[in-house]
Parts: sequence; C-alpha cells; structure tokens
Amino acid sequence: MTTAVLGPPAPRRPRDWRGALHWVAVHSLGLALALMFALPIVFVLLTAVMSDGQAFTKDLWPREWHWGNFAEVFERAPLLEYLGNSLLYSLLATAGMLLSSIPAAYALAVLRWRGRNVAFLLVVGAMMLPPQVVAVPLYDTWSSLGLTGSLWPLIVPYFLFDAFSVFLLRQFFLTIPRSYVDAARVDGCSEFQALVRVVVPMARPGIAATALFCFLYTWNDYFGPLLYTSEVPDQWTLSLALASFKGMHHVQWNLAMAVTLLIMLPAIVLFAFAQRSFVRGITFTGVKG
Amino acid sequence: MTAALDRVDVARTAPAPGRSRSRTRHRLTVLAFLAPAGLGFLLFFGYPLVATVAFSFTRYDLINPPEWIGLANYAYMFSDDLFRTAVHNTLWFVVVLTVARVAFALGVASVVARLRSGVGLVRTLCYLPSLAPPVAATLVFFLLVRPNDGPVDTFLGWFGVEGPLWFADPAWSKPGIALVMLWVSGDLMIIMLAAVLDVPKEQHEAAELDGAGALRRWWHITLPTISPVLVFGVVNSIVLALQLFTQAVVAGSAASGSADVTGSTKNLGFPENSTLTFPVWLYTQGFRYFDMGYAAAMATVLFVVSFAATALLVQRLRRASHQEEGGPGA
Repeated sequence: MTTAVLGPPAPRRPRDWRGALHWVAVHSLGLALALMFALPIVFVLLTAVMSDGQAFTKDLWPREWHWGNFAEVFERAPLLEYLGNSLLYSLLATAGMLLSSIPAAYALAVLRWRGRNVAFLLVVGAMMLPPQVVAVPLYDTWSSLGLTGSLWPLIVPYFLFDAFSVFLLRQFFLTIPRSYVDAARVDGCSEFQALVRVVVPMARPGIAATALFCFLYTWNDYFGPLLYTSEVPDQWTLSLALASFKGMHHVQWNLAMAVTLLIMLPAIVLFAFAQRSFVRGITFTGVKG
Repeated sequence: MTAALDRVDVARTAPAPGRSRSRTRHRLTVLAFLAPAGLGFLLFFGYPLVATVAFSFTRYDLINPPEWIGLANYAYMFSDDLFRTAVHNTLWFVVVLTVARVAFALGVASVVARLRSGVGLVRTLCYLPSLAPPVAATLVFFLLVRPNDGPVDTFLGWFGVEGPLWFADPAWSKPGIALVMLWVSGDLMIIMLAAVLDVPKEQHEAAELDGAGALRRWWHITLPTISPVLVFGVVNSIVLALQLFTQAVVAGSAASGSADVTGSTKNLGFPENSTLTFPVWLYTQGFRYFDMGYAAAMATVLFVVSFAATALLVQRLRRASHQEEGGPGA
C-alpha cells in the first residue's frame, strides 16, 4: 500500500472505504443467493394462478389472477382422499416414532450398559442404509402377509424403530446435564419416571424438532408409497399423486403448480412456526454434539 | 413392566444382596427401554439385510418358491449392459454431487457467515427449497427449464444463448438433476453455516494481527477447524447420490411425456437411460420385472458400497473427535 506517503490520517480512510465496499459486495452476494433460492417458488406461485393458456407461454406475470385454480385441483383429482392418506401415514408414523424412539434414545444417551457404543454404531449404520437395500425381503414379507397395497408396511415400522429419530433424540438428550437425572434418581425416581418427568420436559424442543423431521420425511416420501401402493390408486399419497400429474403434453402447468404449492404448504407453515427447532435439529445431524 | 419394577426397591433396605438385585433391576430397565427398538432393528434391518444376501443367490419371482442358483445373478451383472449404465450414472452422481454439494454449501455458508444484517432472512430463503417434497422440487425445476418458453430459457435468450433441452437431452438430464439437488441442499448449508460461525474469533483476530488476509485466514483457520463437517458433507453426499431415485424417476418420466406412474417401464431412465441410476434399475428389476433375486444381488452390492462409505465416516469422525479431546497438536 502506498498510502503511507500521504501522511498519518490517510491509512484509516481507505480502510473504511474498503470496508464499505466489502459490506456492499457481501450483502449483494447474499441477496443474490437468497433470490436464487426463492425465485423458483415465487415462479410456482405465479404460474399456479395463471389461466390454462397463459401457463404455457413465456409470460412470468399472470394477466388475470385465477385463485380458483386452487379449488379446481380438488375437482380434477381426489386430492382430499390423497391428503387423508398422506396424513394417515405421516401422523401415525410420527406418533409411533415418538413411542419407540424416545425410550431407545434415553437408553443410548442416559443409561449406562455394556454394548451401548456398539448399539449406537448400529443405529448410525441403519440410518445410512439406502432404503433400496432392504426393500426386497421386506416387500416379500408384507406381500405374504397380504398387506401390500396398503399404507401399513410404511407405518408399522415406525412403532418399533426409526434410526434417524433415535440418533437425533440421542443427540438432544445428551445436552441435558446428567446432574438433573441423578437428582431425580436420588429423589427416588425410577428410570421411567426420570425420563417422563425430567428428560422429556427438558428436551421438548428437541423432541418437537425430531417429530417435525419425521413428519416431513414421511410426507415427502415417494419411494415407500410407490413400492407398496402404486397399484392401488385409492391408497396413493400426495407425493405419488403429484408424480402422476406430470407429463409434458397432458398436464396443465397452472394446476400442477397449484398442487405443488398445496403439498409444500404444511412444511412451510411448520417451518414458519418452528424455525428454531428446525435449525437446531439440522445442526445436530451434523457432527457436533 | 416398569411399574412392577418400581415396587421392588431393594437397593436401600438390603445393601448386600441388594447390589446384585439392583444390578439385575438395572439390566431389566435397560432391556425394557430397548425392547421395541431392538425388535424393530432386527425385524426391519437385521433380518432383511441377511435375507437380501440370501435372496441374491436365488431366482425368485414372488410367486414360485426361491430357487438356488448360486452366483448366477452376480455373473449376470457383467453381461447386463443396463447394469453397467446404471453403475456409470450413479458414479457420475457420486462424483459430481459430492464435489458440487460440498463446495456450494461451503460457499453459501461462507457468504452468509459474513453478512452483518439479514442473516436470518437469507438463511431461511436458502433452506426453504429443501422442505419441498423431492417430487415437487423436481417438477418445479422441470417447469423452470422447459425448452423454449421456460423462464430459464427466456432469461438465456436475453443474452442470445439458446438453452439446452435439459431433461429431454441425455447430455443435460444428469446435470439438471444435480441442479435440483443443489437447490434443495439447504440442510447441508445450515450445518456448514453453524460450523463456520463456531470458529473461534480469537484465532481470526490473532491471524489478522499477524497480517493474514481474509482468504488466507479462511484457508488456514476456517477450513481446518470445520474439517469434521466437511467429512460429514462428503459422506452424506455420497450416501445421497448412491440412493438417488425419486428425482431421477420424476425427471425421466416427466420428460418422456408420459403421465403413467405405475405401469410401463419405458419412461424409467428417459432419455436414453441417462437417468437410469442404480436404485432405479434395482427397482425396475425387482418390482417391475419381479426378478427379486437379481434385485437382491444389486441391493447387496449397494449395501457393500454404502457400508464402506459409512465406515469411513465413523472412523474419520472418531479420529477428529479424539483430536479435539486431546487438545491442539494431539
């Protein structure tokens, strides 16, 4: 830097000027990124309210706002039925997950026993296992039970085991100071009481985050419903139904995008209410904690 | 079960025999807490894993009983052209997605970490797309890049660039799916952002006093500190790429113009099998052609590869956490 020649006050000036430039550069980059992520969703919304004809054109802005499109999709397809199936799958699976995973996570995070580390590694292994690896024998079993063509093969496993939820809940339970659990034990609490009265209330945000992830995962699931219910249209979930909305030549894009928005709605609403839980949950799925 | 255990509180009244009884009691408690999950693990992971390997040595169509055929399914892989295509496509995604996702997420995180205002809003907008169901995200992208009148083509047209056919062109279908995956990689960005923000400020200040510029500080301080998260990002992306299914199926069948979700197999892998990933071919063989034995053999291969990736992650992260516990230089 040659500014030193200009005398003492000069060095501060260019720094401030550069700082301001840096601020502008970083913030416009941040703004550009945010727009890049958000614009497709804005575009979906705009397409969803266009007329049938305009949705096929280059226009980005609707000439008339056809809010009725959102109602019309319910007439075109039995969306309420699909919605019911999606809710059945997601809500029951989430409830089952809570029943089975909370005690297991407590055993992994709070209780001491031999083989605890091995068990945790098995959970991590199961979490990383692609669903396609175990699909053949599971389909075979459910088929011999006569339950393929229904949502039960997707729901029932959650009442016993969900690797990701056990992992995530364990991470949250580990953040609860041991002294609280020890104090409960000294006061004569059984482990079950310590779990219900101390750990669960303290880990409520973590449990909420885990439930949100479980709900969203099942709500968004495509492989599972495709495997078990694709042949039985009245058992379709919304994801499966949306996939059948596709097809460049047959589809009405405005209606397809209206359905897309309706499917994304619960996720967006949940996120708006529980942003903090989400962010904490995601950082916990990393390597910290 | 726990209620019964509560009543027997021997530990306080009789110390000597009570110790072994309380140990038994502790074991029973652990067992009770683990029972559902343990059973579930055995039923939905343990058994099917073993059964997958067993099925892979058979010919099985779900109707007739499995017939033992030894290594024939594995031998067939070498002569199956589409198997080779599927491996090639999946390897493409493993390499491209891993590099692109980690670099992109790290880039976005590094920018967002430097923001002084609007961090929350930018973070929310970056994360929002990853909430979209994979089917929806793929369709949104399909609409965005649709040839001739899609907004991306319109935008490129302003600069005199003619957009590619994207999902209808075998050369562009995989990059198209990779872009969808980048658009929805907000979860990795948030993990990396948390890691970048966690880098101790003192280290940066000390380095700045020593005259290190922003780029050098990023390279010598930020990167090494967040290396466990980078390892996680790499392995997470590998596992994601290995099981890529939904986006490939939806992109392929949407581009083929078929509205058929269940019936034919002709739109899987469209165009020209460029989107035929390993799981898609596994699914086609097992659940469209009902060649369960061959699908199981492919699943076994997938298991071995995913297991290797996961083992690598666990090993690396353990080493990283040991280093952390041992302090600097340990």
